[in-house]
Amino acid sequence: MELREGLLYSKSHEWVKEEGDIAVIGLTDYAQSELGDLVFVNLPEEGDEISVGEAFSDVESVKAVSDVYAPVSGTVCEINEELMDAPEKINEEPYEAWFVKVKDITEKEELLSAEEYKAFVESEQE
Amino acid sequence: MLIFEKGKEGRGLSLLPECDVEVVLPEEKNRRELALHLPELSENEISRHYTELAKKCHGVNDGFYPLGSCTMKYNPKINEDMAALPGFTEIHPLQPAHTVQGCMEVMKTLEEYLCEITGMTNMTLQPAAGAHGEFTGLLLIKAYHESRGDKKRTKIIVPDSAHGTNPASAVMAGFSVVSIPSGPDGCVDLEKLREAAGDDVAGLMLTNPNTVGLFDKNILEITKIIHECGGQCYYDGANLNAVMGTVRPGDMGFDVIHLNLHKTFSTPHGGGGPGSGPVGCKEHLAQFLPSVLVEGTDELSFKKAENSIGEMKDFYGNFLVVVRALTYVMTLGKEGIPEASQNAVLNANYMMHKLKDLYTMAYDEVCMHEFVMSLSDLKKKTGVSAMDIAKGLLDNGIHPPTMYFPLIVEEALMVEPTETESKETLDEAIQVFRDLYALAGEDAEQLHNAPVRTPVTRLDEVGAARHPVLKYEF
Amino acid sequence: MGTYIPGTKQEQKEMLAEIGFESMEELFGHIPDEVKVKGGLQIPDGMSELEVRKKMTKLAEKNQVFPVIFRGAGAYRHYIPSIVKSVLSKENLMTAYTPYQAEISQGILQSIFEYQTMICEITGMDTSNASVYDGGTAAAESVAMCRERKRAKALVSATTDPKVLETVKTYCYGNEMELVIVPQKDGVTDRDALRELIDKTTACVYIQHPNYYGNLEDAQAIGEIAHEAGAKYIMGVNPISLGVVKTPREYGADVAVGEGQPLGLPLAFGGPYVGFMACVSAMTRKLPGRIVGQTTDHNGKTGYVLTLQAREQHIRREKASSNICSNQALCALAVGVYLASVGSEGLKNIAVQCTSKAHYMAKELEGIGYQVENKGEFFHEFVTVSETPAEKVLFALEGEGILGGYPLDEHRILWCCTEMNSKEDIDRAVSIIKGV
Repeated sequence: MELREGLLYSKSHEWVKEEGDIAVIGLTDYAQSELGDLVFVNLPEEGDEISVGEAFSDVESVKAVSDVYAPVSGTVCEINEELMDAPEKINEEPYEAWFVKVKDITEKEELLSAEEYKAFVESEQE
Repeated sequence: MLIFEKGKEGRGLSLLPECDVEVVLPEEKNRRELALHLPELSENEISRHYTELAKKCHGVNDGFYPLGSCTMKYNPKINEDMAALPGFTEIHPLQPAHTVQGCMEVMKTLEEYLCEITGMTNMTLQPAAGAHGEFTGLLLIKAYHESRGDKKRTKIIVPDSAHGTNPASAVMAGFSVVSIPSGPDGCVDLEKLREAAGDDVAGLMLTNPNTVGLFDKNILEITKIIHECGGQCYYDGANLNAVMGTVRPGDMGFDVIHLNLHKTFSTPHGGGGPGSGPVGCKEHLAQFLPSVLVEGTDELSFKKAENSIGEMKDFYGNFLVVVRALTYVMTLGKEGIPEASQNAVLNANYMMHKLKDLYTMAYDEVCMHEFVMSLSDLKKKTGVSAMDIAKGLLDNGIHPPTMYFPLIVEEALMVEPTETESKETLDEAIQVFRDLYALAGEDAEQLHNAPVRTPVTRLDEVGAARHPVLKYEF
Repeated sequence: MGTYIPGTKQEQKEMLAEIGFESMEELFGHIPDEVKVKGGLQIPDGMSELEVRKKMTKLAEKNQVFPVIFRGAGAYRHYIPSIVKSVLSKENLMTAYTPYQAEISQGILQSIFEYQTMICEITGMDTSNASVYDGGTAAAESVAMCRERKRAKALVSATTDPKVLETVKTYCYGNEMELVIVPQKDGVTDRDALRELIDKTTACVYIQHPNYYGNLEDAQAIGEIAHEAGAKYIMGVNPISLGVVKTPREYGADVAVGEGQPLGLPLAFGGPYVGFMACVSAMTRKLPGRIVGQTTDHNGKTGYVLTLQAREQHIRREKASSNICSNQALCALAVGVYLASVGSEGLKNIAVQCTSKAHYMAKELEGIGYQVENKGEFFHEFVTVSETPAEKVLFALEGEGILGGYPLDEHRILWCCTEMNSKEDIDRAVSIIKGV
């Protein structure tokens, strides 16, 4: 399981990168490896409001669909359209393949550091 | 090779005489300019093309087809002959009533037989498939509650073992879905059901026998709980082949049901359709039925139900499928119908009995017309999955059981032999299953790579979904 | 009693014994008595094949087969090449289930891939699904697929076939989309009314083309009105007309749907038929139902699979936009064989013959004093008005083995001509009508 320092992690397996007032959100390496080969991603639209704990996107493998949950509340200001044409990027480079950028953040869930997330995943596997 | 890659410009069939009136074309602004590429082939080439395609298919006629929950029984040939009679195929659906008395009688007779078999009072033959029947039945429930001014009933209870179509149908009918977990025996957990039952419940959707092939003995209690909270009980007829003539959904307390004529009543699946999904109901729901009802004794006529939900599709349903089903019920009759069920159940139990020393049964008790095995032990031991065993069966000329369903059983294979298979066929299949089990221990790799004797080997589904190619580019 | 059970009574007994039961009753012993059928089913005894054949044949003979038909209104009698029936009767294709096991279903999968290509060709659209139940449900599904979070209103033209409209209505009753009928004016969609009704909550505008009365609409202009409001544009089309009439693509439609029955399926008292659905590539993932895609196997060999399945009900469950989990595969196969048989020139020829004969008949009926209602262009259906009651006209034709047009009311009749109607048939019909 690859982790990246400097990112924050949610218990529902999203990563968050804070860039000033903006939060960039993606799926962790652990999540993508559990989900298997992803074939499609449904993204919200720019301007959509997302809220902590609610699904804002879903990813499809050949025979399953899984929700992606919002670790922050705010307004979507950019979506990664590249993923629509190349969902395999999420499998290949999970920490480059961001889903959305969120601004006007009003709430954040308690996020984990890389080390804490690693411990969390290991405890879940047991 | 695709049909578009065959033939030559200028080839074709001589089907029609020259136009014998003055030629009229649409005005230019409405005239097609876009190029049209359809095949240009001789009749011989067309015939061979489809013969080649047919060779690359496995139908019920090609061999054993124990596909759980799909009831792939033999499709009798007399049914096809009857459905091809010009007196049925050449009839326009909008002909005057006195010129279609035979069609109406076919519909009325089948409606009556199906009502008797299911314990319902009324039946519509309009829905085109099981899923379409579910949607229809749920709309009847919706209309029923609305007609009583009961607007707070927004939920449909569905067990977690149900087929994915149940929840999807509920949403199409404007309901939200409450999924209740099954008990350890795969049956409805009565406590959980009681918790879910309330005055916001519109109804419950259930199969019995359920999706793990067991008859839920608490069925009367289940339907009572729902009725007491004011809900309606919907019977998904997917598994009716297990109980025809022995148990009637109506007597189990169900208010509305759908049937699959293409499963239980022997009409062919056609590679995915056309099927037929008649919906039956008790008297209190009859006023909401869609389409038309056949009335009268000597002179038959069509009448719309008083508070009909409207039309589910064009015309009166998949009529030629109805003709086949009627032919089947007439052939079997009052004794043949239960006999079919009994043998379906016997064959399933026989196979289960002969496999359970090797394969882990998800529920090791008397099953109905199908049983579910869990291959997770085998997978842990050898790395061979349900998928691998399924693909191994392909190399042995057997259509695999339903894989990975129901979702509540890990590495599930669901086996439904049906009543139309001989003991020899079952014994051969049992031997193949046993051989594959042995092979899993000896040479797992061989099963990971199966099938190898089929027209193609395992296909790249990930690639197909990531970068879809959905038509031929000229 | 007829039976299809191979096992003899003796064999059944042996098998029961082997699994530890003495009788069938004992095998079913775990089922509570209170739900069991007592005294058997109240249906007739079973019959031999010969008896069943006689009985069913007698029923079929109670129907009247009309050698000549001038009735359409949603179901059309066209010539069906012999090869269509021959292909459809191939048992491996007819008796197979949905092609879940791709390795042994390549024939069906390829035939669907070819069908999808042909539907895209005739409509001009980018993506087709593997087909749905029929034209009415295709229309209803097309309306549902255009729904967006903030757009839940569907505008459907009053010139749509009433049966199709009824089906759309039922689906909207289910999914709680708002359905508004756009009124007609002179037999075509009233565009001024459409402009009034459309707003930013409109998901789609649906028209039928040629419409129920046979008229060609100003389809381009209607599409523009839809798109200006940000709504999707759906056209329900007669596939035969596409041999010569502009395609939905050329008129600017986002979704094209229709009844595929005219392409090789018999009238069959209304079914089974087949609904086709195709759309522009941007809407591919909104398209409900089965879709077949091309891929390769482990050895690099080309093959076909059901694809984009995560859109569908068996995976998305309550989040799926439609519950459809089958297609009319055998009917889609008929469409494929039909279109392969007639070819591009053939389809055009059939379309031209249909419209030419309809115009000829309309002119002849005008010649005997019937008024043709259609003001603009029409395809192969048209409406006449006359003082003579429709009932009388149709009764007179019926006596001569001719199924006349469909009565819209006491004096208006909707007529249809196809390549099946010879000039001689038309002249004979007109002379009978003249004598009424």
